[in-house]
Amino acid sequence: MTDAPKIDPHVQGEHDPDTKGHFGPYGGRYMPEALIGALDELSAEYDKARLDPEFTAEFTRLLRDYAGRPSLLTEAPRFAEHAGGARVFLKREDLNHTGSHKINNVLGQALLTKRMGKKRVIAETGAGQHGVATATACALMGLDCVVYMGEVDTERQALNVARMKLLGAEVIPVKSGSRTLKDAINEALRDWVTNVDTTHYLLGTAAGGHPFPVMVRNFHKVIGIEARAQYLELTGRLPDAVTACVGGGSNAIGIFHGFIDDPAVRLVGIEPGGKGIETGEHGATLGHGSPGMLHGAMSYLLQDEDGQTTEAYSISAGLDYPGVGPEHAWLKDTARAEYRSATDDEAMHAFQLLSRTEGIIPAIESSHALAGALKLGQELGPEGHILVNLSGRGDKDMDTAAKYFGFYEES
Amino acid sequence: MGALDPVFERTRGEGRGALIGYLPAGFPTVDGSVDLLKGMVDAGCDLVEVGVPYSDPVMDGPVIQAAAETALKAGFRLRDLFTVVEAVSAAGGRAVVMTYWNPVFRYGVDAFSRDLAAAGGLGIITPDLIPDEADDWLAASAAHGLDRIFLVAPSSSEERIASTVAASSGFVYATAVMGVTGARDQVGVSASGLVERTRAHTSLPIGVGLGVRSGAQAAEVASFADAVIVGSAFVSRAQEGVSGVRALVTELADGVRTAPTPIG
Repeated sequence: MTDAPKIDPHVQGEHDPDTKGHFGPYGGRYMPEALIGALDELSAEYDKARLDPEFTAEFTRLLRDYAGRPSLLTEAPRFAEHAGGARVFLKREDLNHTGSHKINNVLGQALLTKRMGKKRVIAETGAGQHGVATATACALMGLDCVVYMGEVDTERQALNVARMKLLGAEVIPVKSGSRTLKDAINEALRDWVTNVDTTHYLLGTAAGGHPFPVMVRNFHKVIGIEARAQYLELTGRLPDAVTACVGGGSNAIGIFHGFIDDPAVRLVGIEPGGKGIETGEHGATLGHGSPGMLHGAMSYLLQDEDGQTTEAYSISAGLDYPGVGPEHAWLKDTARAEYRSATDDEAMHAFQLLSRTEGIIPAIESSHALAGALKLGQELGPEGHILVNLSGRGDKDMDTAAKYFGFYEES
Repeated sequence: MGALDPVFERTRGEGRGALIGYLPAGFPTVDGSVDLLKGMVDAGCDLVEVGVPYSDPVMDGPVIQAAAETALKAGFRLRDLFTVVEAVSAAGGRAVVMTYWNPVFRYGVDAFSRDLAAAGGLGIITPDLIPDEADDWLAASAAHGLDRIFLVAPSSSEERIASTVAASSGFVYATAVMGVTGARDQVGVSASGLVERTRAHTSLPIGVGLGVRSGAQAAEVASFADAVIVGSAFVSRAQEGVSGVRALVTELADGVRTAPTPIG
């Protein structure tokens, strides 16, 4: 393919939520009244923008000329030898500018921020990938940027804090609660309710109150649209299964939507199994959580008997979140998608395996999807075709990996 | 006739604003919160809001966040809420509950309403539930005779104020400023404007919360609203024990009595 495909605006398509943002019983707005005006404003602006050929053209141009789309589709034959001989293809979101799929959504929302006449952007970040992508888009478009990051994560991801600062963003360490991603979102919401007239909250995943889940999904749908066309062009057929990691679920929902109307294509989300589901230290929200509301939407979440959110755990900071986007909850309940988990060890095995067999160092987040592909390959056998969304690159994970594999001790 | 109507009949009859005080259940302990709330009632709070400590209080500032964390670390369970409400009611107090919605949803909206009513609770204030998402609560509150206190904000459109007050009973909670809970030096002109806009759509009493901490502020708010709601300031004074919250009630109760009667 030589050109990026046009982004399909999909105005009130079959897979869109109802006008109040419900996917079945999930989604909606479980938000303070003080923020409803801002969500209404955002919905109205987004509904106009998605119909506006100029907006679509500008978004498409930025994805091509700035983010580097379309991202490649790469076959991984040496890796696939470990996957029961099935053919494995990687959608290379790791090759985008800033190193992950996150750039798609931030470019879309930053354009909307300008359309709304707002000058200040706030964002939350866990591992720092969304924070870096947001700081990047704000630098590009001349917007003020404040990123909330759990204090624990600022220590784990000091390099990304430096990147954000270099890009001109202010990084605020969040000291409340568990001092991780969940609390960074709480703090960003508190900022938003205080400064909503001047500020857009650039949420980093397909969760939160309506219209965030559908809007973020649509900005990431380019992944699935490209991948489907590339897969057909390379192989003349569609994959048997498409797999992606699921934390909040934005990269997964983006690639799934390229194939959602192909009923023969299985959609398989891989959640973080952490130290093993049986230990209770995991982030498998869909597999082992229950319905409830967190951060503005009804979905699945990890909670105790009293509805208090419980802490997620994953070796991957980007999947370390006790909630998940509401559309995934609906895809699970309707059985259009299936959700499994991969443990830290399984993900780290896949992380090292892809590095050594293909010369591609994946993000630890994406390594969960690779671990899922290794199992799917065994199940599908040599005739199988698997598409993996390689949502990010692993440079940011070197410290974690070096500790995990004991590289520091060897030297 | 809503469960809270007698409260406002009385305060209107006395030509003053109502004083509503907030404290989380289980803070600093379950028994401690009962003593504090009983002290607030005894010293002159017309109504108390019993808060549910929650892991993700996005509408709350640092003071109430810290109190919720203290209560949860001390082992607060949702069933303790009903113990607290029952004790306050038995002591002659009137209580509503203020809670984020997920604990209620998880408990079961109807079961929660049933158990709250059985404990003597009169209604629920719902900071993150808007009427658009409240079908279950509309049904359960009607079935169990509880009042539904929804919030309006300075950013609410006329249309949203109209639909929110239409779904409300007891009183309407007007958030004085755009922001989270916490004492402020000024409650802002936005509060009186919001109360005025809300009055155009309802004859329900209107309470103003967010930021009030002093007798002078209470007097100012009571000059245009039917009730003055005080939260973080009580949580701060709770450090000094029952005498601390009683002293604040006395100051605020003087405030709501020195203001001219609102025209409502």
